[in-house]
Amino acid sequence: MNAIDLSPIAETVCTTLGRWLSADPGDVALGLRTIAVGSVCNVSCAVLGCYLVLRRMSLLGDAISHAILPGLVIGFLLTGSISIVPMFAGALVFGMLTAFLTQTLQTYGRVSEDAGMGVVFTSLFALGVVLISGIGRMHLDKDCVFEGKIDLVAIDITEFAGLGVPLALGSLLPVLVMAVAFILLFWKELKVASFDPMLATSMGINATQIHYLLMGMVAGTTVAAFEAVGSILVVAMLIVPGATAHLLTDRLGWMILWSAVMGVLAAILGYIGAAYWNTSVAGMMAVAVGGQFLVVVIFAPRHGLLSKLVGNLELSLRIVAEDIVAALYRLEEQRTGSSEVDRATVDQATWADCRGFADGSLLTRPAAMMLRLRGQLAFVSGGRVELTDAGRRLGNSLVRSHRLWETFLDRHFELPADHLHEPASRIEHFIGPALQEKLARELDGSAVDPHGRSIPPLEQDDTN
Amino acid sequence: MSYTTTIIFAGTSLLGACAGLVGCFAVLRRRALVGDALAHAALPGVCLAFLVLGYRSLPAMLLGAFVTGIAGIVCISTLRQFTRIKEDAAIGIVLSVFFGAGVVLLRVIMNSVSAGSKAGLETYIYGKTTSIALADVYLIGGAAVGCLAIIVLLYKEFQVVVFDSEFAGVQGWPAFLLDLLLMAMIAFAVVIGLPAVGVVMMAALLIIPAAAARFWTEQLWVMLAMSALMGAAMGAVGTTFSSRFEGLPAGPAIVLCGSVVFLISLLTAPRRGLLARLWSERKFRRRMARQRTLNVLYNVWERSHPEVLSFAMDDVLRRKSWTFDELHSALGALSREGCVSFQPEGRFAMTDHGLQCAAMAARGFRMWELFLTENAEASSGIADFDYRSLEERLPREMIAELEEKLKEEGRYPTIMRRDGFSHECN
Repeated sequence: MNAIDLSPIAETVCTTLGRWLSADPGDVALGLRTIAVGSVCNVSCAVLGCYLVLRRMSLLGDAISHAILPGLVIGFLLTGSISIVPMFAGALVFGMLTAFLTQTLQTYGRVSEDAGMGVVFTSLFALGVVLISGIGRMHLDKDCVFEGKIDLVAIDITEFAGLGVPLALGSLLPVLVMAVAFILLFWKELKVASFDPMLATSMGINATQIHYLLMGMVAGTTVAAFEAVGSILVVAMLIVPGATAHLLTDRLGWMILWSAVMGVLAAILGYIGAAYWNTSVAGMMAVAVGGQFLVVVIFAPRHGLLSKLVGNLELSLRIVAEDIVAALYRLEEQRTGSSEVDRATVDQATWADCRGFADGSLLTRPAAMMLRLRGQLAFVSGGRVELTDAGRRLGNSLVRSHRLWETFLDRHFELPADHLHEPASRIEHFIGPALQEKLARELDGSAVDPHGRSIPPLEQDDTN
Repeated sequence: MSYTTTIIFAGTSLLGACAGLVGCFAVLRRRALVGDALAHAALPGVCLAFLVLGYRSLPAMLLGAFVTGIAGIVCISTLRQFTRIKEDAAIGIVLSVFFGAGVVLLRVIMNSVSAGSKAGLETYIYGKTTSIALADVYLIGGAAVGCLAIIVLLYKEFQVVVFDSEFAGVQGWPAFLLDLLLMAMIAFAVVIGLPAVGVVMMAALLIIPAAAARFWTEQLWVMLAMSALMGAAMGAVGTTFSSRFEGLPAGPAIVLCGSVVFLISLLTAPRRGLLARLWSERKFRRRMARQRTLNVLYNVWERSHPEVLSFAMDDVLRRKSWTFDELHSALGALSREGCVSFQPEGRFAMTDHGLQCAAMAARGFRMWELFLTENAEASSGIADFDYRSLEERLPREMIAELEEKLKEEGRYPTIMRRDGFSHECN
């Protein structure tokens, strides 16, 4: 059976890594085993957790991981030994029971979901603790509940293909395989039920069945992982990688892959951190995945805080710049207008006026700089500003959008005349040439806006 | 009762009352599990305080717990507000990551500090009611009184913030600050309760009494009072049980007492309780079944000669997809109130009274039907086809209009007397 012997490769890896990190090869092997156990456990939690996050039931993972305690104890009581199968079965039953009771309290008891879940899992957890202390002779270590014994899994090993494989993988690998198989098998059903339960029902997919199947998978994974890594890590891995991945992508497939990557990365970083500070491995993995989440929250390309901030700034800058250009265009219009009075009273705008055009926005100066760089605004002598040809074209387009919209509003909605300006000045920044065209056609080429001002025709770009 | 038992008894009762009081706001704002997150997020604060000071100091540890707890809350609301992360995931993330950090710090302390001074840190996770000393009782009592005073002073404001925070904003109240004050009170209760009952049980103390009290009342102040009482009772009874039975830890005993209280409330509370609601649903179903039968009988009568009041059951069965047994039992119910009487050979007769009732039911059905066809956009919840809700739910003019239309179509039950409403048909 042991035809393949991987030990030389493993030895080389360990010694190379050991030399590189200036650590003992034995320690490296220990670390690799811990990381392997952590990764398998994290990935199985993470891929299932994606669905919990998407279905807004992340906390059910937390609840289940607490509520399975009485199941573990009853499984032990019935058989009298700490063997995996009965305890697994007991925990599975209680995990499903949590999901069921929460749902029942919500539907029949009209208890809000969060409160119902809170009542159910704390009660079941309390029951578990009472059962444990009632038995007395069961050595279920309290620390094991929260932290598991991942620090020890690397010691219980068995020989396989010349490698020392941690025994814990014996229960964790099947769980991972089952989780992945479950997702692949029910890919479509899970997807529809997660995003649109109503649609799922109308398509003949039993959303309730899928829900309980998922809950069963979560409970099973929780139990298997529980022993190895404890409840903190289970909860962290069910929720955080999924949430992190959700910030990185909008595609379900990619989200699941990303969450798996996050799980593995957390196992590696967590182990290194724990070894460095000589502290709890499970706790450190939870902290690592939290750190990854923080980084992604800030730097994620589309949904990150930073990119949102930049996007908002860009938009504000554009709006301020366009406000200035539109105001200057209007001034120019008045000066060149036919009325003698206008020509006499309207002065050329100064730099100071621009601040007024932008409602005193702090972005006035950067916006003006931007316009100047783009060659849309020119500073002439005496602190005066003037639109260039390019700027005039932009102003023309903006004012055209504004007046078209006012006319459109006036024709189709019963708004008083003094209520037209504000919505129009908000929307003028978002009306492109195509929409302008459409509006103009809709208004049958009307050339005057409700205030009696002419809608400027589109100025053609002469340069090309 | 010994001195220590008395102190523990007083401590847990006061803690239960305090948690029950502030827990109401958490439950009403749909933030029950925020309390859970808070309890978890307090752990790194406790450890940090210990690491910074190097020895155990209750005030410092409470302060640390309070600070990280509030930091956790801030993280949750930031994530919810500024990212696409939903509230549930935000709570879960804060809960697990903060707690993980707490465990990491705890292990660092365990490994580096000598045994004597670090003792008792773990009680912040698992809780230990026997650790309650007289000073703690004063602290918990003070917290309870303080929370009560704040709630009494700002009762009206809290009420609006809890049920309609947008309205509070419109009123010009600092809704955000009031919300923060509520969260701070919850955080404070959690922090002082942690060493006594531990992380999970503290969440239970916040949620269970409030959720149980919610069944009994629609009024905030009644709910607050009941929740505080239930919390205190949970604490008292749980502690008593735990001191009576060897080896029964107090924290879980308190929570299980709460579970029993919750279960009783869930089942027996008037109006919102499960039994009461099942009962009223049953009553409604029966009433509607009766009206449906009467409506069918009226339709059958309408198509026959006006003088004929005796019908074969088979005639009715032909118009409805009922089985014989269903019809028989429906008629049986009607015969008991004197609307119909059974006759031999599978026939039955309608009494005058029965005809009146049938006309009432038919009127209700036809009016609702017409209402729905004319107001297709109306929510289906309005029209329940009960003739008694017609007058309650529709404006008088609309009813008159519907009646007019039915009369034009000749479908208005003709034998309806003008005094039909006073007729004994319920």
